[in-house]
Amino acid sequence: MAPPLARQHLIDPEVCIRCNTCEAACPRGAITHDRNNYVVRYEDCTGSGDCLPPCPTGAIDSWRQVLKPWTVEEQLGWSALPADQSHGEALAGDVPADVEALTARATATSGHVPPPWSAAHPYVGLYSPDGPAEATVVGNLRLTSEDSDSDIRHLVLDFGRVAFPVLEGQTVGIIPPGLDAHGRPHNVRLYSVASPRDGERPRHNNLALTVKRVVSDRDGKPAHGVASNYLCDLTRGARVQVTGPYGSSFLMPNHPGAKLLMICTGTGAAPMRAMTERRRRRLPLNEGGDILLFFGARGPHELPYHGPLMKLPRALIDVDLAYSRVPGRPKEYVQDRLRARGDDVVRRVLDDDCFVYVCGHKRMEEGVTEALRDLCRAHGVDWDARRDVMKREGRFHIETY
Amino acid sequence: MAIDYASKIPNNVDLASNKQLQRALEHWQPKYLDWWREMGPEGSANHDVYLRTAVSVDAKGWAHFEHVKMPDYRWGIFLTPPEESREIGFGEHKGAPVWNDVPGEYRSTLRRIIVTQADTEPASVEQQRYLGASCPSLYDLRNLYQVNVEEGRHLWAMVYLLHAHFGRDGREEGEALLERRSGDADRPRILGAFNERTPDWLSFFLFTFLTDRDGKYQLAALAESGFDPLARSTRFMLTEEAHHLFVGESGIARIITRTLEVMKQLNTDDPVRLRAAGVIDLPTLQRYLNFHFSVTLDLYGGEVSSNAATFFNMGIKGRFEESKLGDDHVLNGASYPVLEVDGDRLREKQVGATLALNERLRDDYIKDCQSGVDRWNKILEKGGATQRLALAHKAFHRKIGVFAGKHVTPDGRVVSDVEWHAQASEWLPSDADHAYVQAISGAVTGPGQYANWIAPPLRGINSQSPDFEYVRFH
Repeated sequence: MAPPLARQHLIDPEVCIRCNTCEAACPRGAITHDRNNYVVRYEDCTGSGDCLPPCPTGAIDSWRQVLKPWTVEEQLGWSALPADQSHGEALAGDVPADVEALTARATATSGHVPPPWSAAHPYVGLYSPDGPAEATVVGNLRLTSEDSDSDIRHLVLDFGRVAFPVLEGQTVGIIPPGLDAHGRPHNVRLYSVASPRDGERPRHNNLALTVKRVVSDRDGKPAHGVASNYLCDLTRGARVQVTGPYGSSFLMPNHPGAKLLMICTGTGAAPMRAMTERRRRRLPLNEGGDILLFFGARGPHELPYHGPLMKLPRALIDVDLAYSRVPGRPKEYVQDRLRARGDDVVRRVLDDDCFVYVCGHKRMEEGVTEALRDLCRAHGVDWDARRDVMKREGRFHIETY
Repeated sequence: MAIDYASKIPNNVDLASNKQLQRALEHWQPKYLDWWREMGPEGSANHDVYLRTAVSVDAKGWAHFEHVKMPDYRWGIFLTPPEESREIGFGEHKGAPVWNDVPGEYRSTLRRIIVTQADTEPASVEQQRYLGASCPSLYDLRNLYQVNVEEGRHLWAMVYLLHAHFGRDGREEGEALLERRSGDADRPRILGAFNERTPDWLSFFLFTFLTDRDGKYQLAALAESGFDPLARSTRFMLTEEAHHLFVGESGIARIITRTLEVMKQLNTDDPVRLRAAGVIDLPTLQRYLNFHFSVTLDLYGGEVSSNAATFFNMGIKGRFEESKLGDDHVLNGASYPVLEVDGDRLREKQVGATLALNERLRDDYIKDCQSGVDRWNKILEKGGATQRLALAHKAFHRKIGVFAGKHVTPDGRVVSDVEWHAQASEWLPSDADHAYVQAISGAVTGPGQYANWIAPPLRGINSQSPDFEYVRFH
């Protein structure tokens, strides 16, 4: 089993002007210098962040994942920052068989699709079930109203000084503690990351998950979801075993101007939230590229992130909601909203710079496919042929469960 | 510690509980704003500028960025929180508790030190007031304005000390600080370098790299002071000063980067061809560096100074990083080397360490400058250029101290009048140099646009992109 990678705080010698502000600000005396460099002593840095805001250059905000932390003496000799380290290629692709099986099931209809051409390179399988990373629960917020029978949680996991780099659209594995009915350790359960790559809280080493408490099976019979109940019941400070990250296809494009069409239901919103939040944080850069989101739930009280979603600027995202159980209103599903916005949808399907993401219940997939096929036909376009082109070009991604 | 922004003058010194002081400062405030309108950055009153404002004096309080109009900037009085049972760290009172009130016998000395420091703050704003009209980008314009408002706040910090601790004299000094004008023959600023023009952005970057660094060293020496309010004021100012140094160092680094680019494109280091391409050739940069370095060295005063010794013995002004030095902090019997001119040679001699404290601070400063120049040279090295920049000898082109009236070359040779005048234009910027730099200066104000003679920054301010609209005009 490989030791976990550490996340080390460093100072970029190519950007730093050696003004001593960080050293004066550090409450632990973890920063020191010689004539050449200002450096951070790994053993003494507690990650308080007190040094970050006063730094005039941004050099202080540098982080590397390392097998063994760099010593003060090594750092003093640098004239540039070193690269990230990993366990090497053999380990970096370590995806357990059960995770592969789950992924294959989730992407059954689409098969293998390459990532968008401008996606960042993902880390995959840094932590295996034999050597999981340990995270601390720093937040557990119920997203659905208390009187709803749907209990969906926003869970924030902090990795402290363990490196756990993720991209929007990736999943992580959770191992519930204890043994299953057969006396074996529980299988890994996969959850989509709901936060962007720089953390749920920017520049913090944490991530968010959207977890629905499973209390019945697909047919509505009572059932107890081992992992979801375990996660929903966690309180702040609890420690969780995490594997992954996984996923090298369902990733967002990074180039300016790329458009996103997102279709989701329920907790399928997690990757959409991650991508949207990434875009929101980069709004001041004016990189362009609109987002159109179709989002379905039984009602507003069961729609995860309903409040924050409604507050997002129109310049960032066009949100179209479908509710299937609002008293006094006809049932509406995401496919109905797709049809209602037919022109907007087809324009995006035909746009070579638009990337499509579908995530949610298996049941939704069929309706969405039908709607897209009909809309395309009305415009004289063969959806299935179009979809194959989009898949080949990494522009159509689907994950259902 | 939070800053009370509810009051007219934001502060963390509980101004509300001292009505007399509050009234005095509220009386000074409109005069300060008048001075800002008259002498602050020209034509800028209506710009929305993406400024950093301190909202508290702890580390977290530094991250507050927003677009504000500069006359609405919340200038105020912020002191680093007091350190419990702090003791005087040097001089004849070493080990005694620090003073929270001015000791009667040191009153005039302290007042003079504070006024001299304070005078440089509005002076630099005045020196830089026309630079906006030739800014190389919105990013640079924003940095200039940030430097300006912070110099203004430094004036506030010093005026607070004058008002709070020096009674009527202090209030009169506060008024006089708003009446002197940089470069005015009748009522000049106190120190020579602060009466020089900052006519162009090359000068501005060198001023912030070199002259603001003198500010850093003076403030650091005062941050050791036994007079605690002075120590706490200057400690907070040092955090703001760091940004000014950054503006200078990165500004020159970006000029070098751009010049290197064109040198490679044209495959030449010929200044004439580089000037034809509209960039700043390295020999011109070196001459500007020589000039600003030499006039800034004068700010440290004479090599041998009984004033400096007195300030140290009194416990008013320490050495750079005094508390980190490993000696007895009293310096009886210790010595320090200074240079003197002996015929046509420079010679080192030992003098009493306290008498040489100006020189020591100057030497510490030179080391710091040298590391910055070394970092510029790394850019040249990486870019494959063989040229290097260098700091001139500390005896070069000096007007104060033992080298005043002597002619010393940048490499430290004492030369005759004739030789000096024959070569001075190789060492110092000529009128033609100034004219050239002026000629390529013109305001570039489109978001994401940068003047031809300077590269965009590697990172924007507060993680924004270099294309961000840092200043909005109305």
